[in-house]
Amino acid sequence: MAITVKLPTQLRDAAGGAASIEVEGATVGEALESVFTSHGELRNRLYQDGDLRRFVNVYLAGEDIRFLDGLQTPLPDGAELTILPAVAGG
Amino acid sequence: MAAKQLKCRECGTEYPLEARYVCSQCFGPLEVGYDHEHISDVGEVRRRIQGGLQNMWRYHDFLPLEGPQPRTRTGLPAGCTPLIRADRLAERLGLGEVWVKNDAANPTHSFKDRVVSVAATRARELGFDTLACASTGNLANSVAAYGAALGMASYVLIPADLEEQKVLATGVYGTNLVKVRGNYDDVNRLCTELSGDRENWAFVNINMRPYYAEGSKTVAYEIAEQLGWELPDRVVVPIASGSLFTKIGKGFAEFIDVGLIDGDVPTMNGAQATGCSPVATAFRDGQDFCRPVKPHTIAKSLAIGNPADGPYALDLARATGGSIDMVDDQEIRAGIRLLAETTGVFTETAGGVTTAVLQKLAESGAIGSDERVVIVITGEGLKTLDAVRDSFTAYEVDPTIDSFEAAFAESARV
Repeated sequence: MAITVKLPTQLRDAAGGAASIEVEGATVGEALESVFTSHGELRNRLYQDGDLRRFVNVYLAGEDIRFLDGLQTPLPDGAELTILPAVAGG
Repeated sequence: MAAKQLKCRECGTEYPLEARYVCSQCFGPLEVGYDHEHISDVGEVRRRIQGGLQNMWRYHDFLPLEGPQPRTRTGLPAGCTPLIRADRLAERLGLGEVWVKNDAANPTHSFKDRVVSVAATRARELGFDTLACASTGNLANSVAAYGAALGMASYVLIPADLEEQKVLATGVYGTNLVKVRGNYDDVNRLCTELSGDRENWAFVNINMRPYYAEGSKTVAYEIAEQLGWELPDRVVVPIASGSLFTKIGKGFAEFIDVGLIDGDVPTMNGAQATGCSPVATAFRDGQDFCRPVKPHTIAKSLAIGNPADGPYALDLARATGGSIDMVDDQEIRAGIRLLAETTGVFTETAGGVTTAVLQKLAESGAIGSDERVVIVITGEGLKTLDAVRDSFTAYEVDPTIDSFEAAFAESARV
């Protein structure tokens, strides 16, 4: 299933400058694994001990996946995931 | 300047002092690092502060700005707000010594003028001509006002359901006011995305966040100076993102480190509203991270469901023997009344949260009778009038003595 993953500026250098990547995956976790397959450097930037780092937010259609099923959240075909830093605001 | 670099709080990676807020290696927050090794004569530093301007620029040696001429800085001077001894509040709560740091006495009536002062000044130093922010209201007022004062364009993004007073007190400055259909966390996400594409905008609490946050340290500096270069035993501070809370701790720690004051960082107590209590809940449950929540509270200025500095606020509360507590909307309204009736200070809902948490701590016996306690009142009651609407009745009389006497005779009988 085609999924679009939008990358924040801080990660684009590790993805050849791309602002978004088209991948496959039935869940958020699978889609991210698919990102890491093509852009291996991103794994350590986003993950620690097999889970998302605590200052990384991932949104599905504007909703933080922590309010959904986290990395197990199922993705409809054509879904758009947005990765953003969590340290903003306040 | 004494500021030397930006440093990641998580992994320690260093960056130059530019418009950057997140570590590109681990996404951790960046914080300004200083070198105060050159300070050998503490008395001289103290004299320089005391001889400085009657605003927060008196502490410019401890802020991430190019110097050394703060007198040339324009804009709206913030800080040097009153520290009021609150004996009647202390007596009501059975405490020994309570002080109110009234930060409603800033140019736009909240502590946000401190953080915007630093962020806007640093933004100009870095060559930006446009300010922007995601705000729960007080920051909106401040960014719009500083944009006007400094002659910078501004874009202010707020949740669409914000209190009317805060909306009006933003638009009046001639900013580009954007009401976003969503809560603060939605606004913040939108601004985080926007900041990646609008490279010539200084989002004060996103790409300027390391500088912005440093402004909050001046609350601690002022408390110490106003107490005669002494430390309080305990400080009660409201928590939204956790930035103010942690930076007040950092401010005390810096003054202790350079030798301006003796002692330890005070016991730090955080205050949240039950309807948005991700940090207080994590504290209660013994966790070192915060699970995001959907806010539902009258304390809209504290309604951040995904607090960026939550983990560090938890660390600070635990390291100083403090706590992070929560109070519900009814207690918040009662807190506003308690502070008003005993000190003459009318605060907004966030101050109601802080005062109510002080009351809760006092009633639980957590505060010793010999302690010197400071509560930080961050904003003005006139901005959240709905919180006190219908909380009292007024006498209505004809303009005659008879009518006046009758009204009071009636109330005397009741």
